[in-house]
Amino acid sequence: MATITLKPFKTPELIIECNNITPDAFAGKTPAEIAELEIFEGKVREKLGDFFSVTGSSGNTAAETDILIDGDCSRVKYLGSKMTVGTITVNGNADMYVGGWMKGGKIHVKGNVDSFCGIAMEGGEIEVDGNAGNYVGCAYRGDWRGMRGGTIHIHGSAGNDIGTFMLGGTIIIDKNAFIHVSTHAEGGTVVIKGDVEGRVGGQMVKGDIYVFGNVQYMLPGFKEIDRVQKEIAGESATFRHYIGDLGERHPKSKGKEIYANLYVKASA
Amino acid sequence: MPKLITGVGCPYCGSSCDDIECLVSDDGKKILETRNACVIGNEIFHHVSSPDRPTKPRMRQADGSMKEVSYDEAVDFTAKALIKAKKPLIYGFGSTNCEGMSAVARVAERAGAVLDNCASICHGPSFLAIFDNGYPSCTLGEVKNRADVVVFWGCNPMHAHPRHTSRYSIFPRGFFTTKGQMQRTIISIDPRETDTAKLADYHFMLNQGHDYELFDAFRTVLRGHDIPAEVAGCKREMIIEAAEKMRNARFVMIFFGMGCTHTDGRNHNVDIAISLTRDLNTHTKSSIMAMRGHYNIAGPGQVWSWQFGFPYCIDLSKGTRAHMNPGETSSVDLAMRDEVDCFVNVGTDAGAHWPIAAIKHVKKHPFIAVDPNICMASEISDLHVPVRVVGVEEAGVVYRMDNVPIQFKKVIDGPEGVPSDEEFFDRVYTRMCELTQTEPMWIPAKGHAKASSTSEH
Repeated sequence: MATITLKPFKTPELIIECNNITPDAFAGKTPAEIAELEIFEGKVREKLGDFFSVTGSSGNTAAETDILIDGDCSRVKYLGSKMTVGTITVNGNADMYVGGWMKGGKIHVKGNVDSFCGIAMEGGEIEVDGNAGNYVGCAYRGDWRGMRGGTIHIHGSAGNDIGTFMLGGTIIIDKNAFIHVSTHAEGGTVVIKGDVEGRVGGQMVKGDIYVFGNVQYMLPGFKEIDRVQKEIAGESATFRHYIGDLGERHPKSKGKEIYANLYVKASA
Repeated sequence: MPKLITGVGCPYCGSSCDDIECLVSDDGKKILETRNACVIGNEIFHHVSSPDRPTKPRMRQADGSMKEVSYDEAVDFTAKALIKAKKPLIYGFGSTNCEGMSAVARVAERAGAVLDNCASICHGPSFLAIFDNGYPSCTLGEVKNRADVVVFWGCNPMHAHPRHTSRYSIFPRGFFTTKGQMQRTIISIDPRETDTAKLADYHFMLNQGHDYELFDAFRTVLRGHDIPAEVAGCKREMIIEAAEKMRNARFVMIFFGMGCTHTDGRNHNVDIAISLTRDLNTHTKSSIMAMRGHYNIAGPGQVWSWQFGFPYCIDLSKGTRAHMNPGETSSVDLAMRDEVDCFVNVGTDAGAHWPIAAIKHVKKHPFIAVDPNICMASEISDLHVPVRVVGVEEAGVVYRMDNVPIQFKKVIDGPEGVPSDEEFFDRVYTRMCELTQTEPMWIPAKGHAKASSTSEH
């Protein structure tokens, strides 16, 4: 494996859009060629080398390429978007669209990420040590096909709209979330280890949600049916099992309606 | 003899009343009297003759004062600011005609700007819900003629759209609604007892910010499931009774306003309202409509969707590829994140409507206000360009809240030398092309349509 190290040395006046920071774009290029890659600050075309120093070497293929960003990327959008393979590690924060439309590989952000992390993700793995903004693993506006696969693990808290229109994959939030979890979802699993304010599973057709903390406002469309023992995200617990959203359409299988499942950890 | 002009359109709220009559002085320069307009619309027609109305652009000087400049200087300043900026933001368009919007879009495309309208802080979330879930809507004429259950969710037309209830939604007698108000059941959903709520047969005084739960309760009841004894502060029995009223109606009309689009959840509140409308259509006929605020705020959605494929929050900074994602490309978010470095405010008052923190961010960079009147945005701007008032001094096409286009008339002549929004921005575009030594591309809408139709047949 070969590692390319990018070190940010200049804070952009606005925010830079770096669709090119992916193992796919870096593979087989020398540091000088990588520094020539095009990025945007508003309507102005600039070069990656104007903002980052590039050292190390890249692998022959994307799979053999690791990217280390040694610094803060609070004003850098689209890190690792559409990447298919390889790894990106960020020693700091990252802005919007981390791992958006991602198909494979791994992204590890050691700080916080802004909104739209893992938007329309299809595969791969995103790990964030800090907090995430809104729209973790959501769909692009107007698309009914949201996150389809892969794993997003946020070690801190997340905002609203987690897993909107989700079809598959797993999202794990270690702390709290605000509102709208798995809205319109037709699959996938969301695990929230802290509390959620409300609107968990609104308009949800299929899929699973696990909440280890408290759901402050439960939707009227969810009905408790039993208690189950489950193991999820490395923890085993007894959950109150709800089905819903009873106000939404649901497909039938073998004559029986299939509902989405919401598991809320039963207090001891 | 004063002249009576009939069939005048009113440039105030989203109802875009087109039955106003104006009595105009002999010289065609002053409106003496208006008929049929509401109190606010009436004020707009009389305000144009106000003696303190600005008729010259004013530019901020080094000492902070404003000095009158010529329109040529204003055009030059605007063109240069837009060319220099890495990512300018052009925002507004609540109160101008579609011709003006189209001219500004041409400028925005050349400037690589972000183009946004007041929907961004108003009914923008409704667009997002419409993208996600469709828009089973109708025209206001159908509401008048058919609706026998009318739901006002998070809106208060008695104040915001003064003639809406008398022309379309509560009082008028229509083809199938011959008994007018007697025949209609009015449901108001509002945390406050508004004047619309006072007219309603059912008033759900829900807990503020819990609209989504209440919508979900209605949907759950309509699918025959049980709900908890109390949802969002409303009693189960009342929800079931109102749901029955809707199910047994001949035509249910849901109007929604800022109470849905700007409380927690935003687009999801509208999204589930659309789902409720769809559910109701399995039992009866039902339709839904956004209570758009300004007389032509539906216009930019129409004009720019046709030009760029998106109704608002359009990032044109990448040239041919338009990008839209509110939350990122919406005006207030752009401002708060310091993502723009020039601000042009057209036909709205960002100074009054935006959060102060957001205005402070855009104020770091050139700030241009294009507005007929003195407003908060014009007073903090670096350049204020007065223009003619659409609907009074300038004709043009506007889109009513139900997306019906209406040709508005010119009633009187504007102040001498003052251009319309369209004329001003066409001059800015020409100047930008001169400065960048590029060829201007003028594609008149009608000529373009004619050219494509002849090539097809």
